[in-house]
Amino acid sequence: MSSVKRGRGAAGKRPRLRVRSAGPADLAQVVAIDERATGLAKPEYWAGILRRYGRRGAPRRFLVAEAGARIVGYIVGEVRDWEFGSPACGWVFGIGVRPDTREAGVGAALLEAITAAFRRLGVATVRTLIARDNQLVLSFFRSQGMMAAPVIPLEKDIG
Amino acid sequence: MRLQKNTLLALYSVLEFAAQPGRQLSVAGIAASLRASPHHLAKVLRTLGRAGLVDSVRGARGGYRFAGNARRVTLMDVIGLFEDIGATPPRARRSRRPAELALEQVLREIDDTARATFGSVTLDTMLKLIGRRDAKATG
Repeated sequence: MSSVKRGRGAAGKRPRLRVRSAGPADLAQVVAIDERATGLAKPEYWAGILRRYGRRGAPRRFLVAEAGARIVGYIVGEVRDWEFGSPACGWVFGIGVRPDTREAGVGAALLEAITAAFRRLGVATVRTLIARDNQLVLSFFRSQGMMAAPVIPLEKDIG
Repeated sequence: MRLQKNTLLALYSVLEFAAQPGRQLSVAGIAASLRASPHHLAKVLRTLGRAGLVDSVRGARGGYRFAGNARRVTLMDVIGLFEDIGATPPRARRSRRPAELALEQVLREIDDTARATFGSVTLDTMLKLIGRRDAKATG
């Protein structure tokens, strides 16, 4: 996995970032970032994500952003063919950034890295799905140039 | 989706200010660029000023300048000052028919989507979008 390096190092405001594939040693910090955002610790879920998305070569990516020895963000996604009738495109399933490193380009670097990986896998579109009331994440993806996709998510209560 | 005239005027003018932060712009100058009446625009700017989005500068060469944070202020923040998207209709005196209730549910779905969209687009994102459109137009 190629890495994206960004930032001006210790002298600048932004941390020097390295984006790379996630490994087992990163899981605890990823779980903590996710727990901070969602209020739920899901170590088993993230161990499963690492098993399925952490392998090299597959059309799946689980990347982390590292600043020094600290994991400051993660992103998970994969290329899917003909899902929902759509030609192959990259899907971003999850993104998280430590609150104390927000607005420092971490999310943008992660999205840039996974987008580059998707492009290398031959796709020209990246999509994601976000809860309507998640204004923080919606605004982030909008700021990265993402617009409404020509699809409408539907659901039905079957309880 | 249609926005009221005042709302559109507010959005265009606040984008004009946000594109030139720190720069003082005259009401007459913005009114001319937006082809709006200065009197009408002045009213809109007063509302934006009360909301803390612009600061008025007094004096003969007075005007307004941007006072918000373009990375935080969303289109919904501006729109909400002038109109209420998806305001709950006044309660009907009679009980409503199922068809009315069903249609109301669909309209509410559209309003929720509109609010989420406007609430997720910041002025900074709009300026980037305008920049991309501009670059496309100029080839």
